[in-house]
Amino acid sequence: MITGQAVCLGPDIDTDLIIAGRYLRTKDRSVWGAHVFEDLDPSLAGRLSGAIIVAGRNFGCGSSREQAPVALREAGVVAVISPLFARIFFRNAINVGLPVLEADLTCRDGDQIAINLNEGVIEVAETRYSFTPLSPRMRDILDAGGLVTYWRGKA
Amino acid sequence: MSQTLTERILGGSAGEYVDRRVDRAYVHDGTGVLTLEAFRSMGVQAGMDPEKISVLFDHICPANTGLTADLQRELRQYTCSAGMKFSDCGGGICHQIMSEGCILPGEVVVGADSHSCTGGAFGAFATGVGATDMAAIWASGETWFRVPETIGITLEGRLSGAAEAKDLALSIISHLGMEGATYCALEYRGEGAATLSMEDRLCICNMGVETGAKNAIFYADAVCREYLGRYGHEIDLQIPSDCSYHREVTIDLDDIVPLVAPPHRVDSGRPVADLAGTEVDQVLLGTCTNGRYSDLKRFAGIVRGRQVKVRTIVVPASRDVLLHATRDGIIADLIAAGCMVVTPGCGPCLGMHNGVLGDGEVCLSTANRNFKNRMGVGGLIYLASPSTAAATALEGCITDPEVQV
Repeated sequence: MITGQAVCLGPDIDTDLIIAGRYLRTKDRSVWGAHVFEDLDPSLAGRLSGAIIVAGRNFGCGSSREQAPVALREAGVVAVISPLFARIFFRNAINVGLPVLEADLTCRDGDQIAINLNEGVIEVAETRYSFTPLSPRMRDILDAGGLVTYWRGKA
Repeated sequence: MSQTLTERILGGSAGEYVDRRVDRAYVHDGTGVLTLEAFRSMGVQAGMDPEKISVLFDHICPANTGLTADLQRELRQYTCSAGMKFSDCGGGICHQIMSEGCILPGEVVVGADSHSCTGGAFGAFATGVGATDMAAIWASGETWFRVPETIGITLEGRLSGAAEAKDLALSIISHLGMEGATYCALEYRGEGAATLSMEDRLCICNMGVETGAKNAIFYADAVCREYLGRYGHEIDLQIPSDCSYHREVTIDLDDIVPLVAPPHRVDSGRPVADLAGTEVDQVLLGTCTNGRYSDLKRFAGIVRGRQVKVRTIVVPASRDVLLHATRDGIIADLIAAGCMVVTPGCGPCLGMHNGVLGDGEVCLSTANRNFKNRMGVGGLIYLASPSTAAATALEGCITDPEVQV
């Protein structure tokens, strides 16, 4: 069970908005977490600890930068929900161990959300939503904590 | 019904999950650093033939800071010791170098950059992945795919007037929308496709990802065979078959007019005439979309013998492009017209160096993305073709190349 409070965002949030290109040239992951969403709303980074992002359609469009899901995870985001994810972001998020779920839900900032990955259910207040199940491979990678640890298990 | 070209190459039907051997894998200096880090963390041996892996420095070339230089040095040393193919700063943009005789029809090509869909111009399945996915490919030489649904785009007629492949690309994106082809393949066919040069097709496939597409693809035809023949490759043609598409779109190339996509959406294309007169501070000619020889030639043909009114940055897509344009006098014409010519690479497209915008500054760019703050905080990006960029550079405001020419 994954639980957290909703932080609601609009549609078409690109990876440049998630983490700007000017912060990419480092291997220090804390830099990405500190500057996440800076060009969208500089106050957001401080409100993401334990958050579940509920975004509009086409979340994560644009560049293939894996720093985008890493920045979200570093800032404390526990899951992202959107009716439609850009495909490279979606794969990258699973690969770095960040749960991403395709679902169209109605909620407000601060709503408590509970996600049951096994049952495929998201609960917001009294309302239950289903989400598109992950493929078995993606679920294995996510359960391993990401693709690096998935491969370590194989080595 | 037979399979779409993407289904044929991936060996499955839309919606199926398949494991596929990767024929060519590449990274650049931006994603390569994270790929190497992830690969080392996996604690596995490289399972992929290093000859099939390319590492091509293009994002910040030459390095802009000590930190960038340190990151590049580490990746450079590893690449060379591992026997991978390497292109250092100055060689050019990864997608362009891969297009200079490296990608062949029918191949599965994966790049750690979203614009890796460019290589579909050769009838290959070419797509972008993230750094950790690429590390797993280095380890195993293969990866998994969900076979995409295909949107069939039939092209009729022929581009005319000042309309270019870029205008067609912007038109398609505006028609489909920024998420209109998410998870799908874009397959181009029809008599109009045969009229497009390989450079046109590379530009069109390059921008496929701006609709959310997984890949974009043209059938390898006589134009493709002639182009790859120049690099010493003999290829078999790919013959389109009667297949059923997830969705079909027909475009008459004669209807395409020069477009501009104003900030901050790539699908916001409007006729140049609607935005004519908008003042600009900078013009950018280059990037993996429009930094090729034909782009430089077309731009130089318009500015030759005249002076640009705003700072104009030209970034050839590769060393080969720069050499070719130098030998033909195109670079001399550009410099004489007042343009700055900088090192082949991504240049200022991603806002790192060589032309970062100031707050409120406007750039007319031939690149593929006009996202908020991409070229600098507060900077505004208008996307257009090389001809529109040239006309705009001469006037200092957005100018319709149809009118000026």
